[in-house]
Amino acid sequence: MIEISHVNKWYSPTFQVLTDCTTNVTKGEVVVVCGPSGSGKSTLIKCVNALEPFQSGDILVDGTKVNDPKTDLPKLRSRVGMVFQHFELFPHLKIIDNLCLAQEKVLGRGHDKAQAKGMQLLERVGLKEQAQKFPAQLSGGQQQRVAIARALAMDPIVMLFDEPTSALDPEMVSEVLDVMVDLAREGMTMMVVTHEMGFARKVANRVIFMDRGEIVEDAAKDDFFGKPRSDRAQKFLSKILSH
Amino acid sequence: MFGNLDFDVIRRALPYLFYEGMTFTLTLTALAALGGLIFGTALALMRLSGFKILGRIAGVYVDFMRSLPLVLVIFWFYFLVPYIGQWVTGASRPISVGAFASSLITFIMFEAAYFSEIMRAGIQSISRGQPAAASALGLTYAQTMRYVVLPQAFRNMLPVLITQTIVLFQDTSLVYVLSITDFLGAASKVAQRDGRLVEMYLFAAIVYFTISCIASYGVRRLQARIAIIR
Repeated sequence: MIEISHVNKWYSPTFQVLTDCTTNVTKGEVVVVCGPSGSGKSTLIKCVNALEPFQSGDILVDGTKVNDPKTDLPKLRSRVGMVFQHFELFPHLKIIDNLCLAQEKVLGRGHDKAQAKGMQLLERVGLKEQAQKFPAQLSGGQQQRVAIARALAMDPIVMLFDEPTSALDPEMVSEVLDVMVDLAREGMTMMVVTHEMGFARKVANRVIFMDRGEIVEDAAKDDFFGKPRSDRAQKFLSKILSH
Repeated sequence: MFGNLDFDVIRRALPYLFYEGMTFTLTLTALAALGGLIFGTALALMRLSGFKILGRIAGVYVDFMRSLPLVLVIFWFYFLVPYIGQWVTGASRPISVGAFASSLITFIMFEAAYFSEIMRAGIQSISRGQPAAASALGLTYAQTMRYVVLPQAFRNMLPVLITQTIVLFQDTSLVYVLSITDFLGAASKVAQRDGRLVEMYLFAAIVYFTISCIASYGVRRLQARIAIIR
């Protein structure tokens, strides 16, 4: 589904953020990307739907080359759902209109059909009653659930999560993770940048560990948590899991 | 002090002052504000676009307009527009442009320079995550601007835009240099005709003051309301 091969990215000639990153996500797989801050994991996931450009290497999504200038990026992105750290709901639109905008303008769905789809997804994330409110009237956890519903409204073939719970108050983390766990169990292909190791243990198929722009470890979940091969991953895990 | 002043002259001139004068002033203000906002938003988008040349053109235009006195621009335009029209259409003689059309074009072009700076600030006030989220959903650049960025920028800047329009409302009185009958022009004509300068100019001042004050009060109310919605 996602094939990342030998991706390099520089912010300036002397500052390389991604170094020779190669990995892939197959259909139905849940891959968690973790690593210390500044390790390039968010940058890597943003390269997948070309929100960030990169200088060399290739990324293919469902067989389409992301870094080909001839690729119809809006069309590609409409099939790749993305959830951001800071939700990024559109504050001037009601919740239901947040879910309908791209359905109508990008997919060309009729208003009624888009509304019905939107309401169905809001019900699924438990926020049907909030449909007529504005984003600022919702809590962080509710906003992030709306953001997930907004991405799902496009019927994506894969979902990207960029630290979806890092900006949330602790008591709201679980309501968002529950939605993500359900999604994973339904067989959605997911690439998730997160520090939530509990989530990784529960639903991940593979864990990728990044440090200083490199993919240091790319292993099946049990191998990763059981006996990480690299020192850096071991140190990271011991810090993160020690309390 | 007011013993030898005749305030009845105002009452008699009221229909003329408002039906002709104020109608013209308000029409010019509204159309110039609308045109200036559209043209100004286009200039702002040019400046913020990735294309350096477009940005430079818009930047030079804005700086140029902002460094000229408005009266001078009104004057120049009135005399130049017929010749520009001739040059564009290839006509054999300078085309005739009415005083209204000429002043409207002038105000749109002049105000666009100011509105563009306001809209530019408004667009820059939107966090970069917003256009990123819009693109991630598959919206094109134009759609992102149209449905996500500009509505928010406009809303954030609405109080400033209205304040600028109040300034524009006062500035429209400068069309007197083209002998146009706007509100002040109408008051001035009555004043000259009846020899009642003090009364008429006093009244004109009160009317401008009252309308501007009410509008400013409206802006403050609006600001408070917008602050709640966020």
